[in-house]
Amino acid sequence: MRRLAALVLLLPLAACGGGDDGEDAAGGGARLTVLAAASLTDVFDELATPFEEEHDADVTFSFGSSTDLAEQVADGAPGDVLATADEASMQLAEDAGVTGEVEPFATNVLTIVVPAGNPAGIESLDDLAGATWVRCADEVPCGKVAVSLLDAAGVTAEPVSLEEDVRATLDKVASGEADAGLVYATDAVAAAAEVDAVEIPGAEQALTSYYAATLAQSEDADLAADWVAWVRSDEGQAILGDAGFGSP
Amino acid sequence: MVPAVLATLLLLVPLVAMVAAADWQALPGHLTSPAAIDALRLSLVTSTVAIVFCLLLGLPLAWLLARVDFRGRGAVRALVTVPLVLPPVVAGVALRSAFGRSGVIGGPLLEWTGFAFPFTTYGVVLAHVFVSMPFVVIAIEGALRSADPRYDEAAATLGATRWTTFRRVTVPLALPGVVAGTVLGWARSLGEFGATITFNGNYPGTTQTMPTLIYVTRQSDQAAAISLSLLMLLVSVGILVALRDHWLGTP
Repeated sequence: MRRLAALVLLLPLAACGGGDDGEDAAGGGARLTVLAAASLTDVFDELATPFEEEHDADVTFSFGSSTDLAEQVADGAPGDVLATADEASMQLAEDAGVTGEVEPFATNVLTIVVPAGNPAGIESLDDLAGATWVRCADEVPCGKVAVSLLDAAGVTAEPVSLEEDVRATLDKVASGEADAGLVYATDAVAAAAEVDAVEIPGAEQALTSYYAATLAQSEDADLAADWVAWVRSDEGQAILGDAGFGSP
Repeated sequence: MVPAVLATLLLLVPLVAMVAAADWQALPGHLTSPAAIDALRLSLVTSTVAIVFCLLLGLPLAWLLARVDFRGRGAVRALVTVPLVLPPVVAGVALRSAFGRSGVIGGPLLEWTGFAFPFTTYGVVLAHVFVSMPFVVIAIEGALRSADPRYDEAAATLGATRWTTFRRVTVPLALPGVVAGTVLGWARSLGEFGATITFNGNYPGTTQTMPTLIYVTRQSDQAAAISLSLLMLLVSVGILVALRDHWLGTP
């Protein structure tokens, strides 16, 4: 038993040692830290693999709310690249003077999601009237987009719930509690096993844009710039496109 | 000595910091906004209705656990305390599995009556009853156990029915416990957030209680969120003051 405990204690050390060795072997251990919006989680992980191979680098992510990340960066949090899901939070970092050139790299649109099989037969925004449907609260970015889209379409149907973020909205639909919800197209792709998407004609009238910028506190400005360029490259854009993002 | 001071500071500093961070000039405006008034009214109504249900159902259960020796009593007592230690989000997920529109009970209920708990004020009350009931049952059971059952027996020998004994002797003797359980359960219900938002979502007037409003407001207006939090702090302190004879009295 004691031997087992000792082994368990030693394991992480062994793992660390191995990792360091590997990194040294991979050319000086170049590291890149990217702070990115939560909705980029899956696609940035996917973008990291070819980038790491090409640059012999190790990319680590800190995913979170765009506003939170921008505030951290403005406070001098370590990092090389900031990627936000809206312009307002990038503006926060810009105002603090910690960003390089700000580049748009993707867009997202809202879509209707319904539980698999569409039990309530929702085919358009007009069908929301009388249905049990949900959207994001007015205070959060996905809610702001939803309100402008609904206003533009002249839809006055009231949702049964204003959710605190887009993932909570998706959850209410995926669990079957709501007949429909308004989420980003990329969320619909990520949850394709549980929900069906119903495209909204004219959804691109209310686009949300993603921005990336290198950071002043970066210790490897070239590598940081390479990441932004990679995300904006044709190959990077193709990966973003597969995940449901639009081009900037 | 030092750990004791640290512990006190750890509990006190965040609350004082919140009070210090308040925007006193904007506070009256924040607290009288229609959203705040709606949420406060909904919170008071739902937690009061919930505590009535907790008493109606919890009092008999507490009596059963304290006075009747039946098989599986220990198991029932353990089960009653589970919602106490359960993360509220888990409570919400569990409620959804049972009373959601496709839940074990909620599914047939919707089919037969067309009624579903989620996204309604009834659903909020249901979530509150679920999280508050343990406080009521445990506090009352403790009081009943420390009350002498011989008074009940005396009442019975004098010809009182079981119901009369319960109403006129048992409950009055356990009254301090009943009051403490009621106030604690009501306070827990007033602060309930996780189960409510998971099970019912958030909509002004029907499901948006004070804690939910604070959470959503925080995303866009920190100052307003702090003002609303202060109101909740005031209510909490008020409850403690009401309970001081029971817990904070000097020995």
